[in-house]
Amino acid sequence: MIHIGIRKIAAKVLIAVALACSLSACGNIEPWVKPYERQQLADPIMAANPNPVSASYMDHVFEAREGARGALGGGGGGCGCN
Amino acid sequence: MTFAVFKSRFVRIVAVATLLSPLAANAGVLPDDRADALYHRYEGGGVTIQGPSVLVRKKMAEKYAVSANYYQDMITSASIDVEVSGASEYKEERDQYSLGFEYLRGKTTYNLNYTNSSENDYDAETTSFGISQDLFGDLTTISMGFSRGSDTVGNSTDSTFSQDIDRWSYRVGVSQILTKSLITSLNLEVITDEGFLNNPYRSYRFINPADNRLFVLAQEIYPRTRTSNAVALNGRYFLPYRAAVYGGYRFFTDTWGIRADTFELGYIHPFGPQWTFETRVRYYQQNNADFYADLFQRQKQQNFLARDKELSTFNSIAFRVGASYEFLPTGWRFIKKASANLFYDRIEFSYDDFRDARVSMLPTTDPNFRPAGTEPLYEFGANVIQLFFSGWF
Amino acid sequence: MFLGKWIRVAGLCGALAVSSLVGASASMAPTFALPSRAGDTVSLDQLKGKVVMLNFWASWCGPCRTEMPLLEQMHKRYSSLGFTLVGVNVEANTADAERWLKDTPVSFPVLFDRESKVSKLYDVSAMPSTVFIDRKGNIRYLHKGYKAGDEGEYLNQIRALLKE
Repeated sequence: MIHIGIRKIAAKVLIAVALACSLSACGNIEPWVKPYERQQLADPIMAANPNPVSASYMDHVFEAREGARGALGGGGGGCGCN
Repeated sequence: MTFAVFKSRFVRIVAVATLLSPLAANAGVLPDDRADALYHRYEGGGVTIQGPSVLVRKKMAEKYAVSANYYQDMITSASIDVEVSGASEYKEERDQYSLGFEYLRGKTTYNLNYTNSSENDYDAETTSFGISQDLFGDLTTISMGFSRGSDTVGNSTDSTFSQDIDRWSYRVGVSQILTKSLITSLNLEVITDEGFLNNPYRSYRFINPADNRLFVLAQEIYPRTRTSNAVALNGRYFLPYRAAVYGGYRFFTDTWGIRADTFELGYIHPFGPQWTFETRVRYYQQNNADFYADLFQRQKQQNFLARDKELSTFNSIAFRVGASYEFLPTGWRFIKKASANLFYDRIEFSYDDFRDARVSMLPTTDPNFRPAGTEPLYEFGANVIQLFFSGWF
Repeated sequence: MFLGKWIRVAGLCGALAVSSLVGASASMAPTFALPSRAGDTVSLDQLKGKVVMLNFWASWCGPCRTEMPLLEQMHKRYSSLGFTLVGVNVEANTADAERWLKDTPVSFPVLFDRESKVSKLYDVSAMPSTVFIDRKGNIRYLHKGYKAGDEGEYLNQIRALLKE
């Protein structure tokens, strides 16, 4: 079944994430974008979800009329401070 | 003649994920305090839905944040489904309240959300919990979430009718900064529903045994479970002259046999210190559910029968233009920043296996009459307007 | 006898050399010179003898902006006692920083590290980053990020370093 295929993808994503964790723990690979180079990523036009009420509303407009649902959102980025 | 007050069903899955959960925040710093007031209006296919959405967010001690949202739909519907069922235009109101909490500790953000939606024949409650963690020099953010929903389905024409739906949703996401100007994310979500999944008012149609040019309606029968999987890849790129381009693709499948693709591409262009313009195009296509048919040959032809156009083979394309104006460039008292925003979306829906059954409901002598199954394929366009004000404090 | 004197001199030189090497270990604050907001060039060497608090910041960084008024207070309070705050702005394009400083003026020197040379030199791994340098030019404390309440610790460390 196709949904088992997606479960495999999910497993692979989790493994990739675990690898990313272990890399940062080992410190073998240095973060290639330094904290002081985040100017563009911190720019408000690069914000992941600048208008939450609008995004939530449009997601609802589409979800109510379509068969598909889920996998919305996705953040990260920003200033990376603290 | 039965008088069935037809209602179209708006599925209330956690589309509020983008509203209150900090999947959009990066751990390490909580998003700024804000208040938003939105007026939304959808008009298309004989349906008009409008209403407000108000959000307030406040953080405390840079560790905790609370957010609350009130959303309302005021619905006037004479959609094609209403007309085909022989009912008259109806009016309805749906109220939705959401409350969210966030807790930031180091590079980890925990969030908890509760949403309650109610209308006179449908109640829905969803609780969700999520964790978001920054790693690897804040270049990578992983997030995980779990939601549990519980709906009560009613029927305004039958006060004894009450059915339940239980819903579980699991999501995991990775967001990765690739360069100083590029960030990408991968999100997965699995949703399972169990219970009374169809609309108690909606019918499928089958060929009238007495006259094969006409059709007869019968209540839909849906499976009692549905599991769906979605995986989406998104990216945002900063253009050197200060603009942003974003895009994404989502792949969806479920146990009802639906397969859907969603493509999105958008462009944000600031103009001067106060104006920002946005344009976006979204293309969506899906194939029909296994048990969907526009016209069945006979009643109870198979175990499950549906004629919800949401489950048909169709595509839609949406174009957006939007403008934002920051009208308090230097703030005002406790307000640091404020903006006025207007977004307009035009969505064109085009169905490949859902026909305009009103045409076969005309008198057979009418020149526009077409026999059931040969009516033109249905299509319609919708206008969506959003006018909202945002303030940061 | 003459040789003995030379041996003593050589020994003294050697000791000095060794001690200077020890002094120039990893804890020595790397020296640099950057253009300042006032128009001149400021070098870390010029500030030897003072307690220096080096603060790496950017106008796009929320916690950096929150911290600045507190740093200004610290500078005003202790600058007469041999303390100075030095802000190092890490932005490649300084227009945003200059605009922000017009709204939130500070009296301590703000240097522009447009090419991220000093950020790299100090291995800045968080925004903001604060480095405390003692009178002798050694790095004594390092703070990564800023959270409300950190300023209490800053004050303690300034006072400790001023006493030396």
